[in-house]
This record gives sequence, structure tokens and C-alpha cells, in this order.
Amino acid sequence: MAMTITEKILAAHSGHDEVHPGQFVMARLDLMLGNDITAPIAIDEFRKIGAAKVIDSARIVLVADHSTPNKDIKSAEQCRLMREFSLEQGVEHFFDVGRGGVEHALLPEEGLVAPGECIVGADSHTCTYGALGAFATGVGSTDLAVAMATGECWMRVPESIKVVYRGKLKPWVGGKDLILYTIGQTGVAGATYQSLEFCGDTIESLPMSDRLTMCNMAIEAGGKNGIIAPDAITDSYMKSVTKRPYRMLASDPGAVYVRTMEIDASKIELQVSTPHLPENAKPVSAVRDVVIDQSVIGSCTNGRIEDLRMAAKILKGRQAHPRVRLIVIPATQRVHLQAIREGLGEIFIEAGGAFSTPTCGPCLGGHMGVLAKGERAVATTNRNFVGRMGHPGSEVYLAGPAVAAASAVLGRIAGPEEL
Amino acid sequence: MSILRGKVHSYGDHINTDVIIPARYLNTSDVAELAAHCMEDIDAEFVSTVKAGDIIVGGENFGCGSSREHAPLAIKGAGVSCVIARSFARIFFRNAINVGLPVLVCPDAAADAKSGDELAVDLTTGNIENVTKGKSYQAEPFPEFLQQIIAAGGLVEYTKKRLVA
Repeated sequence: MAMTITEKILAAHSGHDEVHPGQFVMARLDLMLGNDITAPIAIDEFRKIGAAKVIDSARIVLVADHSTPNKDIKSAEQCRLMREFSLEQGVEHFFDVGRGGVEHALLPEEGLVAPGECIVGADSHTCTYGALGAFATGVGSTDLAVAMATGECWMRVPESIKVVYRGKLKPWVGGKDLILYTIGQTGVAGATYQSLEFCGDTIESLPMSDRLTMCNMAIEAGGKNGIIAPDAITDSYMKSVTKRPYRMLASDPGAVYVRTMEIDASKIELQVSTPHLPENAKPVSAVRDVVIDQSVIGSCTNGRIEDLRMAAKILKGRQAHPRVRLIVIPATQRVHLQAIREGLGEIFIEAGGAFSTPTCGPCLGGHMGVLAKGERAVATTNRNFVGRMGHPGSEVYLAGPAVAAASAVLGRIAGPEEL
Repeated sequence: MSILRGKVHSYGDHINTDVIIPARYLNTSDVAELAAHCMEDIDAEFVSTVKAGDIIVGGENFGCGSSREHAPLAIKGAGVSCVIARSFARIFFRNAINVGLPVLVCPDAAADAKSGDELAVDLTTGNIENVTKGKSYQAEPFPEFLQQIIAAGGLVEYTKKRLVA
């Protein structure tokens, strides 16, 4: 039977020659992930299962990234619980403050996720790793607890949607614009329980950082996973981060899809998703009169060095609008250091921006940029639900780094060509 | 299994985990503390009006967004006996099954139910009766695999049995 890449990975990890959509399987996991918000509940549930030791301390990753550096005493207690559990169980990949960063930017650069692997994380944006040709999906804390005890996770094999992008991208347009546009087409529930497989000549020439951004937001269409078949770009990325072997799989020619979407990527403009759903994607030209109070550049979606370079290119020699708080947060320690080495930190600070240590902070309205009632932010993050970045009466406009940087300068939503 | 009876708290489409339990309260795993802020950003009255056994009714894609298990835990902790929706987001759905919060997919019941209606839900048969409107509905049955997890009392209990076997 012809299979999609997602079906192939799930079959290979559940002891089947083939699997079909709708089938329930018990998948053997290559890696399992938790953070300072989801791991504490997972650790409690792990204790309830009664297993003395985790199944494999080398296959567990715990990252202190959401409320870190600890924003209050309760968060400090959550992180301590995770830290003590990591020590007790000998968890090999525990990333504390100053040694890691935002999980979904961190794991790829650490070489912890690879093509052909099956990964779950107690965080919805775990689907990011599909950019490397892995099957990766978000689960809850109890799922993580069971995964840590057994090395397995139950899965319903998803149907697949094929999204084909054709054509050369316009200047400044990148992975964020492609995925916001796509979610605008599918709607926030358009891929629920399903796999989004991104392909076409646009994707074939898309850099890894943009692919990671795209797969990161598959969940915002309701998707179980987003995935891109590994190719030379994937191979070259992997060779730069790890020496271990991996399996480059591809969908069979006769694989079955529930539907195929054809997108002319050459026509896509810079996109902005207006409050309060990621599906409200519009060309930047349609929202350029929207005045902003804050611009956030960072997160697991757009906090990689390539994103910061794009923002710096726009902000160099310019000033953030006096009314706008510009907040630039590199996603990982490596990205932070690289940004400093390249002089990007200097550009952000000279532009009147706050340039600070990795954290998920403002993306989820945790800390480091919470909005007051009535305030409006443009952000390179992934969600714009009611109250996502702070007060339920605040607003988030989602965009890529080019729009976030240009908007910071002009004090309203804008594309870089307006500068 | 007994019949669940309660009054409806009805919400629209895409009720996401950020409004079910805002991230500013995620610095704890204490269920009572989470429950005290359940639905706060979409319905400030919910916590003061909800009674044990009440039922949340949602539209499409209930529970979309983050993977926080704090969402079904907060709902359960608030005394809600089950959630009925046109459809559920997948991580919320599996979290609810895993932690033992009953969730039923029933588009017609969800469309008809208004806040304040009284429902009687038979989890064994999936029958939903809107007592106020005098109408009854049939929820979609769970796949067999999920029935095993539910019957065991959640994923932790299911796993304990598997590990012993």
C-alpha cells in the first residue's frame, strides 16, 4: 500500500508494515519533551503510575523556558520540581536558564530531533520538528507521564492534507507569511486531527528556518502534525548539528490525501493575522492603519537567527516609534550569542529596543511584555486569542519579522517597503 | 454509570485553552487554584455561577490552542460533569480522555442547548436529553480503543494495568 511520510513513520514506530488513517497504534517514541508548565503535572502523574525509573533518561528532554528566568515564586517552584526530577532520574537533556532557550528552537539546533523520528512533546508547538521530516506532535502532561514510563504514546493515524506551494516568493515574504496565508485558507479547525504535508517547488527552495516556522504553526490549523519531506536542505542542516544516523523518508507517489490545496506562493504578500484568531490572515496593505503599542520579535515561531537578521536589516540606523515598545527576544542562547557577535544586539538596542535573554514570556502573556487593557501588539509569535499576551481587552496581530520590525519604526502596522 | 444532570453554560466556536485557563495562572498545578480562574477571560461570571454537575456546551473546535492539561483539569475542578461540543481540538480531546473528563461530540445537542437549559447525559449510551426543550440526541460513540482508557478510569490507570500485564 502506498503511504504518506507520516503513515510511514507511524508504521515504523508501531511494529506494522503499514498503517491507515483512523487506526489506533501504540507508537514507540524516539524523544519526549516537557517544559516548566507541563512537566510538573507530568511528574505528578508519573509518580501515580508507580514506575521507579523513566524508560530511558537519554530520550527525555525537559526545558525551563516558559516562565523563565523565574517570573515569580510559584514559577520558581515549578522549575525546581522539574530540576529535581531531572537530577533524580538522570535526565540527560535538562536545559536550565542560561543553557538552553525556547524548546522548539532549541531541540533542532541541539540535533535532538531528526528525520524519520517519532516525537511527542507536552507543548502544542512540538509539531515544529516536522520541518526536519520527523513525525512530531503535541500531547498533554499525562501523555508525557506515560511516555516517560513506557516510551510509548497512543496515536490515531491522521489523514493527510497535501499543501502544494508553487512559485518564487516576493521580497521579504517568508515561511511565516506562507503559513498565515495557509491558515487563512484552512481556518483554525481546517486540519483538525489531520496531517499537513507541505510540498512544491517553493518549499523545495525554502531555508530550514522558514520550514520550522511553517511546521510550528500547523497546530493553528488544528493539525496533528506538519511535515516536509527531507531533502538536501534538511540533510545539510542535520549534518551541521549531529553525527548520528537518520532516515530520510518520502510519501509514495500513490499515497492517499483527504484533499490537496494548490497555492500560488508568488502572489502571497506579507501577511498579518488580526485578532482574535490566527485564521484572520490579511495582506499587510489591508491593515496598515492599525496603530500599535508594542512589537515583539522572538518565540519558537520566529526567534531564530535568520529572523533576527531580517529584523535587524530593517531596524539598522532607524528608531522604534516613540510610542512603541520594541522587544527582541532571541529564542536560544546560541541565537542570542550569534546575534551579539553579528552586531544585531547593538542594532536592536540602538533602535530603542529591549534585547534580552531567551524565554517564551510574552508570547503567552506570561512575563517580559504583558499587555495592558486596550493595548495592541504586533508579534512574530503564533497565537492571537483573547488575552493571549495579557489583558483580555488587549490585541495581538501576528506577522513575520519584517512586518514586526517595520511596524515598530512606523508605530502602526506596516511592511518594510514603506520605510 | 449514572446519569449526569446539570445546567448548561453555552459558548461559541473555537473556545481556546487561553480563555479556559489563562497562562498567567499556569504557575501552579493546583486544581482548586486553576478552577478558581476557569473561563475567566470569556465569562467572568462562570466561576461564581457554576454548580457541581453543570455542563459546558461548545461549538466547533472546543479546546483549541495550547496543550495545557490545566484546561480540562480546571473545568473538572470547577465541578463541570462533562463537555458537549460540535467538535473538539485534538490535544484537548485526548487530555480530557486521559484525565477522565467526559467529552461528547454531538453537533445537534450543542447547537440547540442554551445557557440555563437542563441536560441529562447518559455516558454509557451517549444519550443526551435536553430536559428544558424536551428533546433527545445521540452523541457519537467513542472508538473502541478510547473506550478501554475511559473504562480503566483514565490513561494512568490504563497504563498501570498494561505495565502489570
